[in-house]
Amino acid sequence: MDFSYSDEQRMLKDMVDRVVADQYSFEQREKIIKSDTGYSPEVWSQFAELGLLAVPFSEAAGGFNGGGAELMVVAEGFGRGLVVEPYLSTVVLAGTFLDAALGDDAKAEALEPIISGEQKYALACYEPNGRYDPFWIETTAQKDGDSYVLSGKKAVVLGGDSADRLLVIARSSGDNPGKNGLSAFLVDGNADGLSRDGYTTFDGHRAAEIVLDNVKVGADALVGEEGGAAAPLQYALDRGIIALCAEAAGAMEVACDLTLDYIKERKQFGVPIGSFQALQHRMVDMRISLEKVRSLALWAACSLDAPDAERRQRLAAAKAMVSKAGRHVAEEAIQLFGGMGMMDESSISHYAKRIVLIDHYLGDGNYHTDRLIDLLVEENAAA
Amino acid sequence: MDIQYNEAELAFRDEVRAFVAEKLPKEISDKVKSSEHVSPEDMITWQRALYEKGWLAINWPEEHGGPGWSPIQKHIFEEETAEAGAPRILPFGLNMVAPVIIKFGTQEQKDYYLPRILKSEDWWAQGYSEPGAGSDLASLKCRAERDGDHYIVNGQKTWTTLGQHANMIFVLVRTDTTVKKQEGISFLLVDMENTPGVTVRPLITLDGAHEVNEVFFDNVKVPVENLVGEENKGWTCAKYLLTFERTGIAGVGISKAALEHLKQIARNEQAEGKPLIEHPRVAERLVELELELMAVEMTNLRVVSAAEAGGVPGAESSFLKVMGTEVRQKISDLYRELAGPYALPFPDLDVGEDAFGPEFSASASSTYFNLRKLSIFGGSNEIQKNIISKAILGL
Repeated sequence: MDFSYSDEQRMLKDMVDRVVADQYSFEQREKIIKSDTGYSPEVWSQFAELGLLAVPFSEAAGGFNGGGAELMVVAEGFGRGLVVEPYLSTVVLAGTFLDAALGDDAKAEALEPIISGEQKYALACYEPNGRYDPFWIETTAQKDGDSYVLSGKKAVVLGGDSADRLLVIARSSGDNPGKNGLSAFLVDGNADGLSRDGYTTFDGHRAAEIVLDNVKVGADALVGEEGGAAAPLQYALDRGIIALCAEAAGAMEVACDLTLDYIKERKQFGVPIGSFQALQHRMVDMRISLEKVRSLALWAACSLDAPDAERRQRLAAAKAMVSKAGRHVAEEAIQLFGGMGMMDESSISHYAKRIVLIDHYLGDGNYHTDRLIDLLVEENAAA
Repeated sequence: MDIQYNEAELAFRDEVRAFVAEKLPKEISDKVKSSEHVSPEDMITWQRALYEKGWLAINWPEEHGGPGWSPIQKHIFEEETAEAGAPRILPFGLNMVAPVIIKFGTQEQKDYYLPRILKSEDWWAQGYSEPGAGSDLASLKCRAERDGDHYIVNGQKTWTTLGQHANMIFVLVRTDTTVKKQEGISFLLVDMENTPGVTVRPLITLDGAHEVNEVFFDNVKVPVENLVGEENKGWTCAKYLLTFERTGIAGVGISKAALEHLKQIARNEQAEGKPLIEHPRVAERLVELELELMAVEMTNLRVVSAAEAGGVPGAESSFLKVMGTEVRQKISDLYRELAGPYALPFPDLDVGEDAFGPEFSASASSTYFNLRKLSIFGGSNEIQKNIISKAILGL
């Protein structure tokens, strides 16, 4: 047992920290969020040059074979800087799906545009009626000769507004709820019959509502086996959860640091407000919440290859803790900053928004608590 | 980064498991697991078994009889023994007074007391708190005045855990009333059995238990060679004792065993025709506790791992104390809830009164109320937060 970073992991961390420090000041970030694209093409190509866009991919796919720990290192750094680049959508979700679904030659070819930074992808999975259930898919894929016809709606597709290509999860057979019969198709963002309404999210990212109205794609658009999308989807979502939990840990760390600095500086009644025990204990409670998220994010990140039940338990626990402990830190940070915590011009408010809204990606606290209950039920049945 | 135990660590864990399986009597572990009363004899039986193996004084230096374990080994040992239902090691001799004697004591004190502690020949009690000195320990008033070769001790100590069984007590006494309160304190060892003037009176806690006592000192003559360290430097000893080796403070092993027991209860007990575990609120409470406990477990491991790499756990143990005790208290709360109406009967089991309801329910309410102490003793959780504020946050 050794929790310290390896040399490679430390270098990766330093690299991410440097880019974030150079490119993601509060003002730079504001500018990026308000730009047309909602991300920075310059930063994105820098990510590509540094190899960051290849971190979680297998060597066969041209990647660095990074595991959960490496993904955590990158995402924590992004969390500290509130980075809004489409890393989660392109690399972690769509990218690792392709890595898991395709054979060696095919995956190298499919991932090349992502690793080089030329194209951005998005995973179009969740639907309005499925809420947080990734396997509730009403979008249909009907075979039509050598082609497929896709029809349905996709909700809050992260990065879906500007993605060059969309990885659409559709049902080619079977009924809801059911993991069998799900298929994945790589669809051009400008395909006929595909419409997307893009928007900025409350935490500064971009997403889109997507409607597929009889979108016709060739057989070559099918990714992996027909009906076999559930396994690679789970693979990608697991990594997405790792990235989000690590990002939350990074953002919570900065939120705690900013709040601590503030209560040391801010004076009322002639003394720093941090001299008041009521606030000191609340600050300590924030740090305890941070440690809980750090611990469970780390445990999840190191459990990707653990036996099924353990992996599921640790991922669900980490995400559920982010929901609970993250909201605690965000609310307390705003409270301890007082009026300044309410201001758009204060960076703390942006940390608070990101930390709270991370709960709404890839299953919230309630959803993941239910997954823990699933495991309890399975354990009970086996006992 | 590797959160898994390596081969050597796994081999050590197996060694501990094998030892526990062989040497921990089942009637004792059954009592521990079901929160029944564990007798002093039970505790001594287990301590003697550990002593014979050389595994009793895990925090002592090897030259004095410690096993020379790394922080990870200590953690594995503590976790494995707790999960197996071993009774707790009485800390007052082994983990409180002994480290102070090792660090500040004379050679004679080391030669005399340490072997007796190892062999469980002395039962030590802690004389720290007083009615007027709790969190503000340094304001203690128990007086010791020098009279030739002796100190004459007068005053009162309280919350003396298991003092009714003790024959020795270490006491913080005031030896100078004219200086700053921390600078007039000394650390004395008192033979309770053979010194006239020491009176132990039981304090009955809200769960009906006799666990703590008050100890009165009425012109008690203590030989000067029972002073540890220098006169008026006792506060240094006191602080050293309070920060000594606290990686086990989170009580993760105990909580894990208790949560497993709760799951078992929830599977066995029925309500409205189905097991409690199939009731959504119960299931939710169980997984919420599991979630919190996982966070404590991994935080504990991170601190252990940092200690292994050479970092000394300082104020981090305050985090662990707060997190660990909060979880243990929540777990005890669920025991009480799962007992349902049978949390109500309050039989005096020690005098043979009948228990009612399912077996676990007999101790559900008493354990719940008894464990309120966790956030009060060993430096209340509020004091721990003060420590974190100062030492880690710099407030």
